[in-house]
Amino acid sequence: MRIVVVTSGKGGVGKTTTSAAFASGLALRGFKTAVIDFDVGLRNLDLIMGCERRVVYDFVNVIQGDAKLTQALIKDKHADTLYILPASQTKDKEALTEEGVEKVMRELEAMGFDYVVCDSPAGIERGALMALLFADEAVVVTNPEVSSVRDSDRILGILQSKSRRAIEGREPVKEHLLVTRYSAKRVEEGEMLSYKDIQELLRVPLIGVIPESEAVLHASNQGVPAIHLKGTDVAEAYADVVSRFLGEDKPLRFVSYEKPSLIKRLFGST
Amino acid sequence: MSLLTRLFGEKKKTAAIAKERLQLIIAREHVDGKASPDFLPALQKELLDVISKYVKIAPEDIKVQLERQDNLEILEVNIILNETSPPSRPQ
Ligand SMILES: Nc1ncnc2c1ncn2[C@@H]1O[C@H](COP(=O)(O)OP(=O)(O)OP(=O)(O)O)[C@@H](O)[C@H]1O
Ligand SMILES: [Mg+2]
Repeated sequence: MRIVVVTSGKGGVGKTTTSAAFASGLALRGFKTAVIDFDVGLRNLDLIMGCERRVVYDFVNVIQGDAKLTQALIKDKHADTLYILPASQTKDKEALTEEGVEKVMRELEAMGFDYVVCDSPAGIERGALMALLFADEAVVVTNPEVSSVRDSDRILGILQSKSRRAIEGREPVKEHLLVTRYSAKRVEEGEMLSYKDIQELLRVPLIGVIPESEAVLHASNQGVPAIHLKGTDVAEAYADVVSRFLGEDKPLRFVSYEKPSLIKRLFGST
Repeated sequence: MSLLTRLFGEKKKTAAIAKERLQLIIAREHVDGKASPDFLPALQKELLDVISKYVKIAPEDIKVQLERQDNLEILEVNIILNETSPPSRPQ
């Protein structure tokens, strides 16, 4: 079993959107996958996955022994081999103990899961530390923006010092850079950092670029992970991320912008 | 927006500024943050031991730091020799 944390430091950059799409993508490839919401107190993975009405028990209930893991796991309605473990809405982040999280991970492994995707909360406090503690791999979600890049750099430092792999001196957490909310047009116009700039600054292998897209709102409105919105750029970009994660070679898409012709620019239509 | 600016575009290219700022921010954080590797104090002490064999020197006169620039790391060693202090004889 591999544990993958989706993290960023900065809030609102697309971690939950990515966790939902990425976990769904792994399940669509046939892997038994669990996606865990570590944002205790502010859960929203259940909303993005569209399973909010089926939440009975949560992650903290399991950690505190009030419910069995099998009772808390919610089977996804879109992908057969995907399960969601929601966060608690009422408890605070102190409820996440190291032993508790470790126990849940062990149990998931015993249940035959291939992947566990951990949706980290923003910040660098307890919730975020617990989400990355047992990670084998990390998807560092970064927006083309100064504060997001700086926070990604900080979270990379934490992965390299505070993960179990780092503490125990094992092989380091495998890091992947995911640039999201990317506008090829604004990059072309010199208004936005390019994915190459970001990669050069953070020096982490790039796993993909997700364009800024209206489809993400449609997806969250319906409670359907963006990867299921067939034919949209985000769905395809996330599918490519899953392929690259599984070792397939996929060229980057949605990273270049064709300037509209002179006629179009004169007569509008934007 | 006038027709001319629509045609030829007059937009600020601020991405380059963002990149420059980030290069500095990240380099600085790596110096006083996590990336300052833990061998630096030991290195400083050993340098002090070696140099003290030849000249009289105070611990604070040797400064060792690691800096990152673009794709390389620079190990910077600053040793201040006090002109007035006579060299101690090699042992
Ligand atoms: N590629 C995208 N295009 C457009 N909007 C996006 C994209 N990705 C994410 N968003 C929007 O950005 C907002 C934040 O996304 P999300 O909740 O996934 O971020 P987060 O990192 O999990 O936030 P938090 O730190 O609060 O947990 C949401 O409104 C989401 O719809
Ligand atoms: Mg979130």
